[in-house]
Amino acid sequence: MITISQTIKAIKNSSAEDVVKQCLERIEGSKYNTFITVAKKEAIEAARNVNVHLGPLAGVPIAIKDNISTKGIQTTCASRILGGYVPPYDAHVIERLKEAGAVIVGKVNMDEFAMGTSTETSHYGPTLNPWDTKRVPGGSSGGSAATIAAGEVPLALGSDTGGSVRCPASFCGVVGLKPTYGLISRYGLISYANSLEQIGPIASNVEDMTLLFNVIAGHDPRDSTSVPGEKDYTNALVDDVKGLTIGVPKDYFGDGIDQAVEKSVWDGVHRLEDLGASWQEVEMPHTKYALAAYYVIAMSEASSNLARFDGMRYGLRLEKDHDWHTTYSEIRAQGFGEEVKRRILLGTYALSAGYMDKYYLKALKVRTLIKQDFERALKSTDVLIAPTMPTPAFKLGEKISDPLTLYMADVNTVPVNLSGVPSVSLPCGFSNGMPIGLQIMGKHFDEETIIRTAYTFEQNTDFHTKAPEVA
Amino acid sequence: MITTKDVEHIGWLARLKMEEEQLEGYADQLNSVLDYFGQLDEVDTREVEPTYHVLEMNNVFRDDKVTDCLTRDEATGNAPKTQDGYFKAPRIL
Repeated sequence: MITISQTIKAIKNSSAEDVVKQCLERIEGSKYNTFITVAKKEAIEAARNVNVHLGPLAGVPIAIKDNISTKGIQTTCASRILGGYVPPYDAHVIERLKEAGAVIVGKVNMDEFAMGTSTETSHYGPTLNPWDTKRVPGGSSGGSAATIAAGEVPLALGSDTGGSVRCPASFCGVVGLKPTYGLISRYGLISYANSLEQIGPIASNVEDMTLLFNVIAGHDPRDSTSVPGEKDYTNALVDDVKGLTIGVPKDYFGDGIDQAVEKSVWDGVHRLEDLGASWQEVEMPHTKYALAAYYVIAMSEASSNLARFDGMRYGLRLEKDHDWHTTYSEIRAQGFGEEVKRRILLGTYALSAGYMDKYYLKALKVRTLIKQDFERALKSTDVLIAPTMPTPAFKLGEKISDPLTLYMADVNTVPVNLSGVPSVSLPCGFSNGMPIGLQIMGKHFDEETIIRTAYTFEQNTDFHTKAPEVA
Repeated sequence: MITTKDVEHIGWLARLKMEEEQLEGYADQLNSVLDYFGQLDEVDTREVEPTYHVLEMNNVFRDDKVTDCLTRDEATGNAPKTQDGYFKAPRIL
């Protein structure tokens, strides 16, 4: 895998243009189907013009998940319905990246509209896990994590609605952060479930992830849920956890957990204990209801957010027009894939007359209880540590045919989105050669403590130095 | 229990055209997921307020100032069908 410091060194020894060209060559030779669109011309042009003294990311190549709007570069959400769509504006995070001198090399693969845990629902075919090409890279930001694991690009952006940054980070052995809700502007992020999702940074190590996070976090008046205030998160890159109290929620080590995952995460807790932290078990009794509450809310929000795809202003339009409703229904039937349709149907049902209280309102109340679980657990502790995913990456095709089985894989990631707290996933071990992710969750707006904990863990272990053998 | 007729109706509400042969498959899948959602009934939420949003933010306003916006060409540039600078929609009635 490639780090920012290696990249900057290479730029100093040659040029940003050379470094970006080498990066584009690796992408074009990729065996993992990581990219949907390679922005070759734009990237070379940007690298040629970049002021290499501009900032921490000057000349550094970055891959962008294909649900984040990039002016002049096709943005499809991995869906047929947005094939050929070229945004006329940049997302807020893209504006910030460009100001910091980062070079956008293209748009990476994902589950269609970020709905999935495996990147298998992409209209452009699945991304393969560089550690084992018979296995999924996780999802929905599978392209983002896989391209880093494969050593193609040093940095990527993903988005996390129910685990979509942390799951692929875990399955691909890289570092990914789901920031506190409101820290990163969603302006230009194509909505799936807007009360749950945040854009998140992905990198090969905690320091690079933090440098990227530092660039993209901050207030934006165009997103009404964006919170004011700026911080320098690099101050949290401190190798010290003395006096830190870790909570370990036993509800996150439930049925079906892989034994190697359980052992590696506990080893991680004990490693931090050796370094001066203490730990205690905490109760989070509503965790088992998080999955159902999450899916009701996410699907309900999706059915509303995806109503905009009507083929009039952008996207797929069929040759022949009928009356309005028929035209609209046919475009959507042909433009959306199976999983997206399933979620729209379920969300529409959960919001329909007679069922709204039973499903949607009920789920929102359970969400309150889950949020309270976090508040209670984090009152006596500084961070919570648990497995990101209950298992390592599963095989391609293994779970895709049964939607409910696939949803179950998100059991440890969705509570974080329901409560809005930040969470980072980083490598903590291997199970039969596949990476395992450790999840560190914190208080609202306390990214510093989870970054410090992650950084200390990384400085005192060598899991982040392991990379898959790439052909 | 969702029937194939319900699936057709939900499809209509969601503006997703359903093919006859898909209805049964969708009904099975929807029922299995809704069954799972049923476990929420176990939770006592009588005294609990719903959380629509995790942050305590209300009525966020911006200054009422005119700023740059997309030109007409930029705004219609992705539309598959346009006429005289307008989006062209199918007939409504």
